[in-house]
Amino acid sequence: MNATQSLTARTGNLFHRYANPGRFLRMGAKLQPWLTWPALALSAAGIVCGLFFSPADWQQGDSVRIMYVHVPTAWLASSGYMALAVCSLLSLVWRHPLADLAAVEIGPVGAAITAVCLATGSLWGKPMWGTWWVWDARLTSVLVLFFLYLGHIALIRAFDEPQRGYRAAAILGLAGAIDLPIIKFSVQWWNTLHQPDSITVTGAPTMSTSMLWPLGLTTLGFTLGFGAIVLARLRASVMESRIRTILAASRGRQSAQTNPQTDSAAV
Amino acid sequence: MTHLPYIVAAYGLTLGVAAILSVNATIRLRQARKRLAAIEQPGRTRRPS
Repeated sequence: MNATQSLTARTGNLFHRYANPGRFLRMGAKLQPWLTWPALALSAAGIVCGLFFSPADWQQGDSVRIMYVHVPTAWLASSGYMALAVCSLLSLVWRHPLADLAAVEIGPVGAAITAVCLATGSLWGKPMWGTWWVWDARLTSVLVLFFLYLGHIALIRAFDEPQRGYRAAAILGLAGAIDLPIIKFSVQWWNTLHQPDSITVTGAPTMSTSMLWPLGLTTLGFTLGFGAIVLARLRASVMESRIRTILAASRGRQSAQTNPQTDSAAV
Repeated sequence: MTHLPYIVAAYGLTLGVAAILSVNATIRLRQARKRLAAIEQPGRTRRPS
């Protein structure tokens, strides 16, 4: 076994430690309230601050308040797909069973959030730009992301044999990740109507602190909310999978009891 | 507020979608938990429904 194979095996063991459904369900049950309640509290605080306490923009007026829901959904659209791509990698390289289930559950939530991002963007664009939509690089690349989510949702459910669907969707999930840097840098690479990023890792934010606080609260709250919804769906999915396994085993036992001769003949 | 309808629509849509996703996840989790508990109950005959 060479060094790369050894590293892959060791990393795989680390991931598979958390693939046990029972262990995951126990961990998930403990984690769920720590995501749900802070998500509700932070989102509510951010929305109230954004709507009633943050100042109006000197150029955009009150329509800038749409930012407090649009920016977090835009962040979640991209980071949700990043999570999908990571699940795809875990599925393709380490055949992680939870990664496939997680990918199934992230897809619809990510698609819904991306649709909200596009819709709130249009609702912000109409009063500011005078149009609901332009084929601008940022808007178009986010629309492509929405179609990637839809493609993933369709592909992962397209096969009678689930494993084939998981593999095909994982390839799409990884290939589609190329859209993420395009979304991020679209406002720098092309001359777009969409404004450049107001918050960057390296530079100071170009907006007032009184606007930054509500934005930070809604972004953190929505992110925890996204995590809480995906976790709840994933827990339900693991339980449903367990139910199917138990029922299949029960059917197998019943079949063996009713047709013992057929079974012994087959053996 | 001159742009009130746009703001109300944006917040309404966001909160509406968040509520639908949350309620759907909660109901699904509750049903799965109830069904699994019924199947895994000791002493109960496991029969496909």
